[in-house]
Amino acid sequence: MTLARAFMQLPPIVTALRRHKAATLLIVLQVALTLAVTSNALFMVATRIIHLSRPTGTDESHIFVIRNGWMIGQNPTQIDANIRTDLDALRHVAGVRDAFASNDSPLAYEESVAPISTRIKLKPDQTTMSRFAMLSVADEHAIDTLGASLIAGRNFRPEEIATVDSNLKLPSPGIIITRSLADKLFPDGSALGKTVYLPNGPTVIIGILANLQGPISWSQSADGDNVLAPGRYIDPDGVDYLVRTDATDMKPAIAAALKALQERSGIRVIDPTDGAATLLQAREQTYATDRSVAVLLSIVCGMLLLATAGGIVGLSSFWVGQRRRQIGIRRSLGATKGDILYYFHTENLLIVGGGIVLGIPLAVLANLGLMKAFYPLQHMPLYVPLLGTLLLWLLGQVAVWGPAHHAAKVPPVVAIRTE
Amino acid sequence: MWRYYVALALRSSARSKALTALVIALLAFGVSACMVSYAVFRATTSDPLPGKSSRLYAVQIDNVGPSYTWHGEPPDMLSYTDAVALWQAHKADRQTLLYPASWQVESDDPTIPAMPMSGDAVTADFFPMFDVPFRFGASWSANEDAQHANVVVISRRLNEKLFGGQNSVGHEIRLDGKAFRVAGVLDDWNPRPRFFDIGELSRDQAFDNVGDIYIPFTRATDMQKNSRYANCPTATGETDTSNWGAYLHGECGRIGAWVGLATPADAERYREYLRNYAKEQQRLGRFAWPPNVRLNSLMDWLAYLNIAPKASSFSMLISGSFLLIVMVNVVGLMLARFMRRAPEIGIRRALGASRADIYQQFLIEGAAIGFTGGLLGLALTLLGLWGIGRLFEPKIARLVHVDAPLVLLTLLLAVIATVVSALYPTWRAAQTRPAWQIKINH
Repeated sequence: MTLARAFMQLPPIVTALRRHKAATLLIVLQVALTLAVTSNALFMVATRIIHLSRPTGTDESHIFVIRNGWMIGQNPTQIDANIRTDLDALRHVAGVRDAFASNDSPLAYEESVAPISTRIKLKPDQTTMSRFAMLSVADEHAIDTLGASLIAGRNFRPEEIATVDSNLKLPSPGIIITRSLADKLFPDGSALGKTVYLPNGPTVIIGILANLQGPISWSQSADGDNVLAPGRYIDPDGVDYLVRTDATDMKPAIAAALKALQERSGIRVIDPTDGAATLLQAREQTYATDRSVAVLLSIVCGMLLLATAGGIVGLSSFWVGQRRRQIGIRRSLGATKGDILYYFHTENLLIVGGGIVLGIPLAVLANLGLMKAFYPLQHMPLYVPLLGTLLLWLLGQVAVWGPAHHAAKVPPVVAIRTE
Repeated sequence: MWRYYVALALRSSARSKALTALVIALLAFGVSACMVSYAVFRATTSDPLPGKSSRLYAVQIDNVGPSYTWHGEPPDMLSYTDAVALWQAHKADRQTLLYPASWQVESDDPTIPAMPMSGDAVTADFFPMFDVPFRFGASWSANEDAQHANVVVISRRLNEKLFGGQNSVGHEIRLDGKAFRVAGVLDDWNPRPRFFDIGELSRDQAFDNVGDIYIPFTRATDMQKNSRYANCPTATGETDTSNWGAYLHGECGRIGAWVGLATPADAERYREYLRNYAKEQQRLGRFAWPPNVRLNSLMDWLAYLNIAPKASSFSMLISGSFLLIVMVNVVGLMLARFMRRAPEIGIRRALGASRADIYQQFLIEGAAIGFTGGLLGLALTLLGLWGIGRLFEPKIARLVHVDAPLVLLTLLLAVIATVVSALYPTWRAAQTRPAWQIKINH
């Protein structure tokens, strides 16, 4: 009954809108543009937030990194001895759970001593594209230090740890890789125990980690593709010491670790300001841009939705003002307050609907254009503009609520008054 | 007459306070969002050497061939072989080779611990070419370049650290354990973006501080000092430095070359020289591809490297669309505002006002509203710039500043945006027929 009555009211609404072509079109256009911009911007905010909150697969809140530079003039044997002594000292610092030395650390491409990228082939004579991955030198303490979880295979053995220089000439006896890399190399899940070919020669996959993010943090797909290769990293430039602490407050442990290293200070250079950094600091720093883009876009989206709501309130109020007489006549002919409310809400639903019809293709087009201009951007799934549609419909209904209530208060007597 | 129109605008604004406030607020937000984004964008795309940048050119030579180039563009960095060949040909007024590196720095003062410091290996022309200011001393000579001399130019900051800010010219410091004589101390110098060696760094370092150490390119090469980055044409892109001689004379790109050329004709001649050089290399069998060289002026080079932070160009785009939506909004609200005054227009027209008068009245009214929106927008812009440090990294936020052009542009943008938005509503208002409106009301 009420439904039939509701439908009966539709034709007069449409007829009335035809008499306000320009104003109607303007709201339609505005809703369309708002939908296109906000769905793209909010999609981008969501992808950024997902991107910057990915776990590294490590016990981030208990790990810090010391960027240790070597004094010039030490030969590889001396550096090797330094690393052994340093690691022994670090592992005995109060509050330190474990430590290892590497060429890089998670989330810190720029700050690492030497981030190493590698290419993995399944056959020695493979001509198709080899698989890209980041390679970190590690020892048998690495998995415990990182807090990574080994889901298959075994850890390195102490006897597998030999010196490795920055040119990585020697083949590794065995490597531990992340599951994401294992799945890309062997989609059937049979990676463990397989022989693969690194640029420095064949090696065997002896272990698989659930997850481990390496130094890079900006690619869509390869950030989790990491290789741990056994070794002690000998580079005249320096070495990164990764240290895991027992307590969440790492300050005492960091100070104690630096003090332990400073006992043999003539051999090394550690920057007093940023020579030691926690993984949480690295996360903060590496995702600073992502975070600012997300905040900026959210602010603009908020202002945009407010502006659109403001526009709807403004024009609806104007219409209500224009139609006071008409409303009065309807009221005196028996229309209830509910009918008047219904009229304005339905009208708004129709106008915003028009904007949405125009806005969804516009949103998709804008996404395609943005993908060209800003490279690492994904396809926007269709549910994003559909969510935007819901949002705008809701926004329209809320915005028109005030003017509609104002209209419903118009007394029937207005009909016989002249203004 | 315009005073009268402004008075009319004020009176009508007083009658519809809410609507007027809405238009002004919308404009202010739209304009300020644009101006904040623009201030950041302007800071990240500014010319680091105004007046001189058009005469400085960065050189690219494709020494790796189509299988290692990206979209056919030559690599950003030159190989040692090509860089030195250009240098020795000396076909430009001024020229410099450079690459960023870092050294362990020690002085005779034992209380100051050894510290890692970054800087660039450059040639003598580097300093005059890029207008680098000296506080003490001067650049080393071209002769010292040729002699691979142990000379160094240090930053003012490093001079403060090592020598307490005293004139240290002639003193010695040790770089990686080797003694170097201080030839000059720079004054404050920190061009933004760090244009000169950004091709040899990663793009997000474009707004980092410049280094503290400058030594002759020839000497740095003798020291087997590697560049910060190298781009080697191997399957893995990996750098093998175990054999320095082979690495140095291999095809790894790691050096930047700049030339100073006075006129576009000189630049064209230099381009021709580069093409001939590449052709010669092709003839010799070193390049198996036709000449692929570039000579980009400084600003073109920065644009090519695309160093403006993505967040900055993106916020430009998004706040531009915000202003557009605000303008559509304002068109609607102005339409409502003007149509409501149809009786007034009717009476003015009946009393002899021409259509042109109506146009004038309402456009002036639009401009007045726009100006008010602009003033509020200016306040919001200042507020936004104050908060910018929370949004952008400090190294970017620090560059953003307010100046007279920014203030003027804010007001101008607000007035133009409103007048443009008022065009259609004004046209509608001017269509009001005099007699009809009078009839309706009486």
